[in-house]
Amino acid sequence: MLSRKSEVLQVLRVVDIYKHFGGIKAVNGAEFSVKKGEIVALIGPNGAGKTTVFNCITGFIQIDKGRIFFEGEDITNKRPEKIASMGLARTFQIIRLFPKMTVLENMMIAMRDQYEGLHHVFFSRKKMMEKQKEAEEKAIELLEFVGLEAKEDELAMNLSYGQQKLLEIAKTIATDAEFLMFDEPAAGVNLTMLKKISGLLKKLKEQGKTILFVEHNMEFVMNMADKVVVLDHGDEIAIGTPKQIKGNKKVIDAYLGGVQC
Amino acid sequence: MDYFIHIAILICIYIILAVSLNLIIGFTGQLNIGHAAFYGIGAYAAALLALSGQPFWLGLLAAMFFAGLGGLLISVPCLRLRGDYLAIATLGFGEIIRALMKNWTSLTRGPLGLPGIPSIEIFGITFSQPWQFLIIAALIAVIVVFLIRRMIKAPFGRVLRSIREDEIASQSLGKKIINYKVIAVVIGAMFAGVAGSLYAHYISFIDPTTFTLQETILMLCMVVLGGLGSIRGSIIGAALLIIIPEPLRFLSLPSSAAAALRQMLYAIILILIMLYRPQGLLGERRYTRNSNAVKKKRGVASA
Ligand SMILES: Nc1ncnc2c1ncn2[C@@H]1O[C@H](COP(=O)(O)OP(=O)(O)OP(=O)(O)O)[C@@H](O)[C@H]1O
Ligand SMILES: [Mg+2]
Repeated sequence: MLSRKSEVLQVLRVVDIYKHFGGIKAVNGAEFSVKKGEIVALIGPNGAGKTTVFNCITGFIQIDKGRIFFEGEDITNKRPEKIASMGLARTFQIIRLFPKMTVLENMMIAMRDQYEGLHHVFFSRKKMMEKQKEAEEKAIELLEFVGLEAKEDELAMNLSYGQQKLLEIAKTIATDAEFLMFDEPAAGVNLTMLKKISGLLKKLKEQGKTILFVEHNMEFVMNMADKVVVLDHGDEIAIGTPKQIKGNKKVIDAYLGGVQC
Repeated sequence: MDYFIHIAILICIYIILAVSLNLIIGFTGQLNIGHAAFYGIGAYAAALLALSGQPFWLGLLAAMFFAGLGGLLISVPCLRLRGDYLAIATLGFGEIIRALMKNWTSLTRGPLGLPGIPSIEIFGITFSQPWQFLIIAALIAVIVVFLIRRMIKAPFGRVLRSIREDEIASQSLGKKIINYKVIAVVIGAMFAGVAGSLYAHYISFIDPTTFTLQETILMLCMVVLGGLGSIRGSIIGAALLIIIPEPLRFLSLPSSAAAALRQMLYAIILILIMLYRPQGLLGERRYTRNSNAVKKKRGVASA
């Protein structure tokens, strides 16, 4: 059993969670944890339940059984907006931006404390405007950081696929969340963009962020991750360093099995 | 001359209706097909208070309160659910309100309607002449447009638009989307109530036949014609759809045929817009940095 102290060091703790959709056992007893400052990869064949695990953690899917802790606090089946506001930001496997809003707006809406209440429109207008100015500046800085500053006024839907992926990641940074979750951040992008995204993740780690990501690109996983969690049929079949995972028999079987069927 | 003033007053009332409906549909993305019910609640609340000798401002507040209450009651249960439950619920709500107007005869006199609603009186000045009424109506329309514009341009409005764009993404950024959706519906309903109060005082007679689904469809046409998510568009849409059918009056058709012709005209306009300019006459503006100063107004689709 973990002591109280080490529990706090664990940013995320997923304890024996289950989610069945009718007969489909999408998540079936998965258990793993993420320590502060760590980059953890969640891998596994198609349909292993990786995205479902993401949705369970972030509150978009209610789990049947098990517990999820974030920074020591029980967040099991809490509402997504509640969990997000505790300092957890994520991207989606299928990109979810605000298509008919500008890149800059997409960034600003991700930021905290933006005086978004209705009462602020009328009762703290001055402070609200000041905050807006600050947020604009910070958003521009971040867009420069990821290399999208030229697209500031463009509608998100007019960006290329790779740029949209980048913007989605940039938005999670804009939230100031300490824990970031990316569902296939490098899927479908070209080599240049892939390098850009891995560089970005490394910089985020240097800044002390904790990251959990799903990715099929093994080179990317082996390069980026401190720890790898392998999921198969909704259960973790191996946890270890990239090196340990590479030689793991169960993992090789799971992937080859996946190829056969 | 009075004829033109009459048209102008109607335009003011419909500007309030179209802009408030746009807040709910165009900006927040919640399909409301019961806007006429909120309009009707406002009209009846204001009329009943005026007929019992209460001042205009009290009737106006009551109109806003009861219309807003209607918006709250209808939106809280269905906005918790995903999907277009609100559309069905508001449609049903519209019919319920109309049934109430018809059948709660002790309060509304049912189909007989409420005649003799006094004109507006503020600080002892009676605004009984059409031109006097126009001043009040225009003033209130300007205030409503101003308030909604403020909301839309603030971070509050940005959250509303994000909900329209993608509820899940908005939630994943910590926005309490249910609260925002309810607030948008309640505010839209309150302003529809304001329009109802103006209408009751202006026409001086109201009955349930004014607040029908057809009335909601007219408001929807105004919003779609002008452009979802464009306040200016709603203003133009309201003006156009009041003015365009007017020449029909001079054809001296029997009134039933004229009404049918008007409905057809709205349908044709709507179809043409859908086919050739789905973003409406004015597309949604782009909210850029310092957009106050720069004011780019490019249509979304043409971008
Ligand atoms: N909402 C749902 N309803 C029914 N079944 C679902 C639902 N969501 C996921 N599933 C099923 O659960 C299983 C796990 O899906 P999930 O998307 O989590 O896999 P994944 O590991 O992310 O796969 P991929 O690598 O292809 O993204 C699949 O069999 C999927 O069909
Ligand atoms: Mg997936």
